[in-house]
Amino acid sequence: MPDITYITVDGTARVIDVPVGTSVMRGAVLNDVPGIVAQCGGNAQCATCHVYVDEATRDKPEPVRPDEDDMLGFTACPRTEGSRLSCRLKVTEALDGLVVRLPERQY
Amino acid sequence: MAGGAHPDSVVVVGAGQGGQQTAVSLREHGYQGRVTLISGEDALPYERPPLSKAYLKDGAYLRGDSQLWLRPATYYVNQSIDLVAGTVTEIDRAARRVRLADGSSYAYGHLVLATGSRARTLGVPGAGLRGVHTLRTARDAAALGAALAAARRAVVLGAGFIGLEFASVARESGREVTVVESRPRPLARVVTARTGAHFTRAHRAAGTRLLFGQGVAALHGDRRGQVVAVETADGRRLPADLVLVGVGAVPHTELAAAAGLPVDDGVTVDARLLTADPHISAVGDCASFPGPRTGNRLRLASVQNAVGHARLVAGRLTGNSRPYDELPWFWSRQFATTLQIAGLDEGHDREVVLDGGPDAFSVLLFQGEELRAVESVNRPGDHLAARRLLHRPVPLRPAEASAPGFTLKGHLLAASNG
Repeated sequence: MPDITYITVDGTARVIDVPVGTSVMRGAVLNDVPGIVAQCGGNAQCATCHVYVDEATRDKPEPVRPDEDDMLGFTACPRTEGSRLSCRLKVTEALDGLVVRLPERQY
Repeated sequence: MAGGAHPDSVVVVGAGQGGQQTAVSLREHGYQGRVTLISGEDALPYERPPLSKAYLKDGAYLRGDSQLWLRPATYYVNQSIDLVAGTVTEIDRAARRVRLADGSSYAYGHLVLATGSRARTLGVPGAGLRGVHTLRTARDAAALGAALAAARRAVVLGAGFIGLEFASVARESGREVTVVESRPRPLARVVTARTGAHFTRAHRAAGTRLLFGQGVAALHGDRRGQVVAVETADGRRLPADLVLVGVGAVPHTELAAAAGLPVDDGVTVDARLLTADPHISAVGDCASFPGPRTGNRLRLASVQNAVGHARLVAGRLTGNSRPYDELPWFWSRQFATTLQIAGLDEGHDREVVLDGGPDAFSVLLFQGEELRAVESVNRPGDHLAARRLLHRPVPLRPAEASAPGFTLKGHLLAASNG
């Protein structure tokens, strides 16, 4: 399973094996990584699963699609180059080694 | 203690989205007392929205409900949330204790009713036949998914969210699908005629038959008690090997009523979501609460409402008491269409449509000069802008919204910078 590293606001890094076919959001929620709210349960409805993909691993995920792009205009913390909705980061083998940082708040 | 603030223990009845969030938020607010979450289902708390959508697709239900869990089992252990499986049969308000069917009981400092709702059933002959389904729980969804896999012809009774979401999955799975609705259009109680018409077109374009203004007289079965047809009020016979009844939900209020609490289409609560008993609150689908804008009684069945209520009650129990004033929002997904609604249409007299290309638009609902709600079809940016505009609220007049080049996001940004 692909290894994904989650870095929480206090700087703690956790490496988690996330099953292919789920999402970076679910990988966090089901492993108790704090900092992702995902109020809508992963349906790109709420922009509360915002993460910053680390620059070194930014080429791993598929590019942002229009619906996600629209939602990223409304995250609680500022949008940057690496901003993604983690519910839209579908886990594939290509994501192995992905590093995401969690924002200070989600709503 | 006045209003039951800072109770030494909290018992939550019901572990759906609202009940689970109450327990989670109590711990997030630093609540140190005992938290007991009583679930009537034999599953960890899970999300329901996918049950009528992704969970039914490609046999996803076969992989079990763990893909829907709101939190892993270890979370409840680590947070000292006692997850109890059982059915509460009685609230003893004098003793401040709930009793369960298995004879056990739990004392409470504060009790939160998060009992949810159940699918409304049909009062026509044949409603109990095999092959006739309702959809509320993960177990219902698994049964429905298995039936769908074996079915050729599905008939959906009711063109509400559940009915239409299931109809789109069934059609995408290659089944013959007919939807029967007693009202003249789909989603009649929740969206404008324009948005409804979009869904009529989408379903018809996919090859689904939609019958509006049509009641159901009876369901017919074969000798083995398996449903084979739906008979409409005007005498048509629609062959079916699977019937989904999606005609709304009924709140679980029996416990509250038996305990002498006021109940009227939901457990009656005040603006702080307290029942008539200062030691009992109610949240989510089962709660009838005063609407922040109008004071009219509302009862909403949505993730936002359940989570919003839960957070408010958890806040109150840890010392931050305030009235509930969250903006309601909803969503649905059918075929390639995402519908999002911000705010609540409690009556409007003017609609302004923002067009965003083929199959993408937003309808702005005004009452007089005031924006009340926004329906967005395949316009997620409009939806989030609308939620912010309505929540703050940022004034927007119909004339401004009708101006060429107007966008909700632009209006929001202008208001923020001005």
